[in-house]
Amino acid sequence: VFLFCFIVFPWFGMDIGGTLVKLVYFEPKDITAEEEQEEVENLKSIRKYLISNVAYGSTGIRDVHLELKDLTICGRKGNLHFIRFPTQDMSVFLQMGRDKHFSSLHTTLCATGGGAYKFEPDFRMMADLQLQKLDELDCLIKGVIYIDSVGFNGHSECYYFENPTDPEHCQKIPCNLGNPYPLLLVNIGSGVSILAVYSKDNYKRVTGTSLGGGTFLGLCCLLTGCTTFEEALEMASHGDSTKVDKLVRDIYGGDYDRFRLPGWAVASSFGNMISKEKRETVSKEDLARATLVTITNNIGSITRMCAVNENINRVVFVGNFLRINTLSMKLLAYALDYWSKGQLKALFLEHEGYFGAVGALLELLDSA
Amino acid sequence: PGRSKMAACSGRGRDGSHSLDKSITLPPDEIFRNLKNAKRFAIDIGGSLTKLAYYSTVEHKVAKVRSFDHSGKDGSSELLYEISVQEEITARLHFIKFENTYIETCLDFIKDHLVNTETKVIKATGCGAHKFKDLLEEKLGLKVDKEDEMSCLIKGCNFVLKNIPHEAFVYVKHADPEFRFQTMQPDVFPYLLVSIGAGVCIVKVESEDKFQRVGGSSIGGGTFWGLGALLTKTKRFDELLQLASRGQHTNVDMLVQDSYGGAYESLGLTGDLIASSFGKSATADKEFSKEDMAKSLLHMISNDIGQLACLYTKLHDLKRVYFGGFFIRGHPVTMHAITYSINFFTKGEVQALFLRHEGYLGAIGAFLKGAEEDNPNQYSWGENYAGSSGLMSTSPDIYPLQRARSGTFDMLEMDRLERQLVSLPLLLDTSSYVPDTVDLAQDAMAREYWLSCFEEALDGVVKRAVASQPDLPDAVERAEKFRRKYLHKLQTLRHQPLTLPGEDGTVAHRKFLQSRYCILVEFTCLNTRSIDIKQKENDIALKCFQRVINSLNALGWEERQFALVKGLLAGNVFDWGAKAVSDVLESVPEFGFEEAKRKLQDRPWLVDSYNEWLERLKGPPHKCALFFVDNSGLDIILGVFPFVRELLSRGTEVVLACNSGPALNDVTYNESQIVTERIAVMDPIIQLALKEERLLLVQTGSSSPCLDLSRLDKGLANLVRERKTDLVIIEGMGRAIHTNYYAALRCESLKLAVIKNSWLAQRLGGKLFSVVFKYEAPPK
Repeated sequence: VFLFCFIVFPWFGMDIGGTLVKLVYFEPKDITAEEEQEEVENLKSIRKYLISNVAYGSTGIRDVHLELKDLTICGRKGNLHFIRFPTQDMSVFLQMGRDKHFSSLHTTLCATGGGAYKFEPDFRMMADLQLQKLDELDCLIKGVIYIDSVGFNGHSECYYFENPTDPEHCQKIPCNLGNPYPLLLVNIGSGVSILAVYSKDNYKRVTGTSLGGGTFLGLCCLLTGCTTFEEALEMASHGDSTKVDKLVRDIYGGDYDRFRLPGWAVASSFGNMISKEKRETVSKEDLARATLVTITNNIGSITRMCAVNENINRVVFVGNFLRINTLSMKLLAYALDYWSKGQLKALFLEHEGYFGAVGALLELLDSA
Repeated sequence: PGRSKMAACSGRGRDGSHSLDKSITLPPDEIFRNLKNAKRFAIDIGGSLTKLAYYSTVEHKVAKVRSFDHSGKDGSSELLYEISVQEEITARLHFIKFENTYIETCLDFIKDHLVNTETKVIKATGCGAHKFKDLLEEKLGLKVDKEDEMSCLIKGCNFVLKNIPHEAFVYVKHADPEFRFQTMQPDVFPYLLVSIGAGVCIVKVESEDKFQRVGGSSIGGGTFWGLGALLTKTKRFDELLQLASRGQHTNVDMLVQDSYGGAYESLGLTGDLIASSFGKSATADKEFSKEDMAKSLLHMISNDIGQLACLYTKLHDLKRVYFGGFFIRGHPVTMHAITYSINFFTKGEVQALFLRHEGYLGAIGAFLKGAEEDNPNQYSWGENYAGSSGLMSTSPDIYPLQRARSGTFDMLEMDRLERQLVSLPLLLDTSSYVPDTVDLAQDAMAREYWLSCFEEALDGVVKRAVASQPDLPDAVERAEKFRRKYLHKLQTLRHQPLTLPGEDGTVAHRKFLQSRYCILVEFTCLNTRSIDIKQKENDIALKCFQRVINSLNALGWEERQFALVKGLLAGNVFDWGAKAVSDVLESVPEFGFEEAKRKLQDRPWLVDSYNEWLERLKGPPHKCALFFVDNSGLDIILGVFPFVRELLSRGTEVVLACNSGPALNDVTYNESQIVTERIAVMDPIIQLALKEERLLLVQTGSSSPCLDLSRLDKGLANLVRERKTDLVIIEGMGRAIHTNYYAALRCESLKLAVIKNSWLAQRLGGKLFSVVFKYEAPPK
């Protein structure tokens, strides 16, 4: 029996965040000769443009390593592609949409994230496109559950770090979310949202913090003169935050036994920088590292409190702050394990920041 | 990685402070007072400030009254009582705060003036305790005994919360007044203390001895300072705060509206909410101003601390959260940011509270640890307004010069009170009770009026004080000193209503009077002449008593009730605490009771619920009436006693509450005993009631012409409970108008006074000698 999906191609899902636009594109691989014949020129050109490139313009990137192959969605077989570009380049994207006559395809463009609201008039005016706006948290949860269920090309989507408190033996271990509820979902984008998820359609936003990925990058740019996330992370990986931060042992000479605080714990982030001499001796790399550690630990700390308050012991971290950021992931795994005395487990997902966009795509298909 | 702990100190002092002139002239005898009797030293040395504490005993002269023996009844002795001046010794706690730069100079001064002390050790806490250990031991010859910082902090916090009225306050930016002081809670536990030093330490305090560090954060004052110094190249903490107070964080932060174009409505997140701190600075093409970055940083840190505090408040199910530490230290911009954050994250359910004496907590705690054998916790302590600097505005944007000066030395003195003070059990809501009717900080017109009033009255007070001590050669000099000190306080208040030394922001004239008294005692100008005058008045009144009773007895019931109330009001005209009457009294001492009655406003009075009162009297008698009396002389003898006598005859028990110590011509507890004895001799009803303990005399624990129902003698409170008091009568301007006019009680109340001040009369819409008669039944 052939299940036919009535949603016309192309199938897109879009998540327009404060810093990055995330786009997922489903490329059908089961196009019949007949369909090929009927496929309009504009659609063909868009498909070819997307598939044959890994970079678009100067800033658009296709994360080829994340591509999901031979996926069956809505009865169609194909590959799911993951593309991102900075939100500030939105006008370039819209220009391209107009040049490629996207509006002639009469497709619905499902979008989520703040930008779906902010840029809606631009989509209409610049590209003659009508956006279907979707709630970002609904999409996020939908995307997480879906991707985890289909897996990552035969591998697990989910993983955790074994022995997080032992750097020598700390390693990435794949796992399945399975029946994950209740679950604390921490989305670290420019800012942070923390959700308690009780079932696939029962969740609440517990809290959020403005100290997120945007803060890390923003502060790094001001402190080191770097301009990109990649650059900032590269610097951080070579730095030493203990030159910048004041540790418990800097004050007490060792552990602070009265409160059972280990000497290596940070007492005051950037606390050493109140001294002129120390400000003069730290490197940009040290500052980048300290910024990363400060932001990451703070997220870990708020997350842990939320987990305790909500009585949930499984935590999944997502969001583009974690992209190529093993340093932060290990820190989060460590912090959660150490301060909860092993009660809390930090889980991570391979498709870090794309779940909102995936959710938007699924909403499109559900609407059929 | 990991979370943090608090470190109250930040390593070094303020950059550049070393270049300050260390030989700055101190007025040390004004600062380190009573060193002669000092003992039990404690010191808290922080990153930039040192707080020194010690205990002393202070001698001052008090006038005591003693009844003559009238058993002979030969009538030859016309004098009611004997007056003697006695030395009284009270215990006092001194706390002095100064910059670390002055530590050596201060220690030298102390060493030179410390005589006769048995003290061998000094308790020390704070991160500088270690660094200055040798200096302390060398200079003072005392052994340094180190105490844990956190336990000192908590101990100090408990102490101020229990002993200083209006210690805690809520900060409301742009409101008038900005500081909203909280009344003392009968039970201070449990609470959360968030101490923001270099890092943040969050402590849950459950009882006097039980507390626990429940959490913390490494993002604290050190982060603001360190990161701020890197971002703005501004070295000093205070300068960073000044920058922040001028900045616009929206230029640096990514707001919800920056990504949404508006609000994120389904989540109720408004457009101006910060989505990502420093989210806009991830670009190389733009320059950001120092001010904007500092502001953004301040928001980021304050919000983060507020959020964590809320999470811990929720986890431990607490309602009260106090914030302290050098990051706060009275800075409005910081208090506002923290307040905003707490309000946001708890949706208004929890209020951020700050402490007036936050900077002293460590020193107070260290002191208490060393003074346990004196049992300081068994007593009530009162702030000595004469010797305390009070809440100094440390705002970077208000009065920078004042701040620079006041930052140098700051003092807190507390006197041990002879009695334990508690709230009146009959208050409807202890937590919302505010004694003062008009807040002078808020009401500029009232402030100006009272200031001129006190300035004008000052000469008279000084004159009377000098005249009262003719045999003491230095009386004039001391009185002059008093005049200067008091004038200085008045002038400070005129220019900066919020920073009056000795004030806590709810600037009420009650505090002026209190502070005048404190200063008078300080300079031993206590005026025995006022007792002379009182005594004269009492004698005149006693002679009239029987006649007044006879004429009342001749009246019918309804007429008599009115005559009693009128008598009470007429008696209240006699009050030389009020200027109008004091003029009359000094020129025409024979100003009579009958004449006073004629002066009174005719009904309807300015505030008049006499009809309701009369109706009530037709009903069943009250079980027990608590009567806060006002003046000595005609007021108590011819006004209050006939009224009390009628209550007793109705079967109502009466508790007469008088001041413990002298204030103006108010009747004191001692005097009331003598007066009552004398009346009992003449009047069998009073005599029997005394004998059967249906008439009781108690003291309020206060020496103020005003009345604070949240600070009353514990004995009084117990008696009120035992006797099931169902009527409270408050008499006089000071107790029923300036204070307590709006006080809501659980039982019936009668507030009555004659307005003897034309300004106040005008303000209330009446004339001089207008009558306020306010009878209220409790809300059902």
